Amino acid sequence: MSELFTDFFLLQDPNVRWVLAGTILLGLSAGALGCFAVLRERALVGDAVAHAVLPGVCLAFIFTGDKDPLALLIGSVIFGWISLVVMDFIIRNSKISADTSIGMVLSVFFGLGVVLLTYIQSSGNVNQSGLDAFLFGNAASMLPEDVMLFGFVSLMVLVVIIAMYKELKLVSFDSSYAKVIGYPLKRMEFLIATLLVVTITAGLQAVGVVLMASMLIIPAAAARYWTDSLRVMLFVAAFVGGISAISGSFVSYAAPSMPTGPWMVVSAAFIFTLSFFFAPARGETRKWIKRLNQKQKIRRENILKTLYGLNEADGKEEKVRTLQEIIKKRRMEKKTLKRGLSELEKSGMIEHYRGRPDGFVLTETGRVEARRIVRLHRLWELYLTEKLEIAGDHVHDDAESMEHVITPEIEAQLLKILENPESDPHDEKIPY
Amino acid sequence: MSTFWIILTACLASSACALVGSFLVLRKQAMLGDAISHAVLPGIAIAFLLTASRNTFPMLIGAGAFGLLTVYLTEKLQLRGRLMNDASMGIVFTTLFAIGVIIITMFASQVDLDQECILYGEIAYVPWDLWIFNGMNMGPRPVWILGFVLMLNLLFIVSCYKELKIYAFDRQLAVSMGIPIMLIHYGLMGSVSFSTIAAFESVGAILVVALIVVPPATAYLLTRRLSHLLMLAVFFGILSSISGYYLAYWTNSSIAGAIAVMTGVYFGLALFFSPVDGILAKKYRRKQNTGKGPYEGPGLELRTKQTINI
Repeated sequence: MSELFTDFFLLQDPNVRWVLAGTILLGLSAGALGCFAVLRERALVGDAVAHAVLPGVCLAFIFTGDKDPLALLIGSVIFGWISLVVMDFIIRNSKISADTSIGMVLSVFFGLGVVLLTYIQSSGNVNQSGLDAFLFGNAASMLPEDVMLFGFVSLMVLVVIIAMYKELKLVSFDSSYAKVIGYPLKRMEFLIATLLVVTITAGLQAVGVVLMASMLIIPAAAARYWTDSLRVMLFVAAFVGGISAISGSFVSYAAPSMPTGPWMVVSAAFIFTLSFFFAPARGETRKWIKRLNQKQKIRRENILKTLYGLNEADGKEEKVRTLQEIIKKRRMEKKTLKRGLSELEKSGMIEHYRGRPDGFVLTETGRVEARRIVRLHRLWELYLTEKLEIAGDHVHDDAESMEHVITPEIEAQLLKILENPESDPHDEKIPY
Repeated sequence: MSTFWIILTACLASSACALVGSFLVLRKQAMLGDAISHAVLPGIAIAFLLTASRNTFPMLIGAGAFGLLTVYLTEKLQLRGRLMNDASMGIVFTTLFAIGVIIITMFASQVDLDQECILYGEIAYVPWDLWIFNGMNMGPRPVWILGFVLMLNLLFIVSCYKELKIYAFDRQLAVSMGIPIMLIHYGLMGSVSFSTIAAFESVGAILVVALIVVPPATAYLLTRRLSHLLMLAVFFGILSSISGYYLAYWTNSSIAGAIAVMTGVYFGLALFFSPVDGILAKKYRRKQNTGKGPYEGPGLELRTKQTINI
């Protein structure tokens, strides 16, 4: 295995060199370009274009009688363009929705391509073998001239993205604004479309019709979990595309019967799954931790409030409160209560007396914090009854949740609006 | 005789697909047909490996399971992952398709199934794929399978017609009326999966999309009644099947591909010449109305225009 690794990464085999160069270039440019497709909600348009270029490939072959990569590229770019124009025409001129239009163009153009392909096959031209590489992709059979063409296309795509970064960004996020401030919107859309068509066509030979769309969508979608900045997203997406290309090529190098394209897609999907769960910026784990923290904070604050309530009821601030007393005042699971109490003890809000009776007392900091929460609760109740004219017996539940989220700024505003009130709608004192 | 069987198979496939496709088109979920038709590949491959035969029933189960899995994952990803519907769909189905291709190549020696056949199928072999039951020749197997799926779809649509109708046009209303919307939704998705898998053997995965999307879209331009839409969609499916067969015969090319092309031709005709929503009819009406008072008939509805400019 390690031998395979060194052989592969030292690029001993010239064939590996070409395949790797080709697929990495594809991964980079498709990943970066895919960001714009995904952000503009056009992800599946790429899928349709990838299918729709098939008749172009076949017609180019019929006219030239040869598999000249440049001719095939030109043929498919033309048909990619026609497919976009037709999609747009149908949507503009009928009540057909965008997805239906995409699905129709995809399947009918592909059907036409299959008709032409079978026509070529039955015509008996000996050169035709290998044309169906366009359907499923065959990275392993890429020739140096294919890779050169490919490299040129990818380089062009990357250069255009870098050069036009500001314009592309504006068009992706707010095209109406771009139009209003006088951007040549039509020309920009023409540019993006051309880049997309060219990249897709160039990529077909490596990964094939069906999987080309995924090389546009998956790296970009994965990158979205890592950042909120478009610039970073472009780099991450290109990186994910490149890594997928390397691992896909490696699998098919290690096991020659394995196809490169599907393994590229599966690698990209694996990275996507990792990003979905573990990306620090927007991943699931992070969301989960945030939610957990919020839940614990609410639990702690509720316990503080309960202790305050007990003190307020009998006026004995120094009295030790047992677990039973707390549960009697506010129903909660004994286990969660204990966990919350120990968290509070660690942060110095309460003290635990292990005597008789065994129980808890608010410290000075704890008392300040508890007063703050009760104050927010009562201020909010007062605000709802005074300013929003909600009945006094309807405001408690709302205040129960608002007390945990009101910021000091909002508190200051509430105090100002209510003119530093003394008591809440239930005639309870608002503690300061 | 073989011509008859081929055309019959194509007609059954296109009818089954047109029926469920109509609802996908109305629900603006046409690309789900594309997604499901690709994503069932691992299901088929696994069923194939487990049973070591080309038995249809396990394949239907496998495909149905993966079809529903696609719908489920797409919805989950959209909800939890804050992704657009089309992006999440694209991720799910291409990944599943890639996994399917990998499974097939891994067991290529044991699996008599190749990806080309799955992508564009071969309806021309249908007459030789016979179903021998109790030593009796019952005719081509695909005809039976497609006939069964067509009956299933018809049964589903007829028995839940009212519910499907409300679900297709106004989901909120359906929810508020207490219609079990998830049941209807997944029932429809199950039907789409079954139709796809039944048709894929003969017409291939991508051409299934043509049968699912294009005839209903054609019918959509010609009528405003759901019942008429369903009938017209089936009609155009059958018309495309028959004319597609002769186009293929004449050009000596793939029948399935030719059928897809014919569905496109009929759509193009409807797009321009439909008396209800055709481009020419609208233009004519507009001309008729220039210089007159405010016009409030069809053709001038104010609606938000979606456009694709990429």
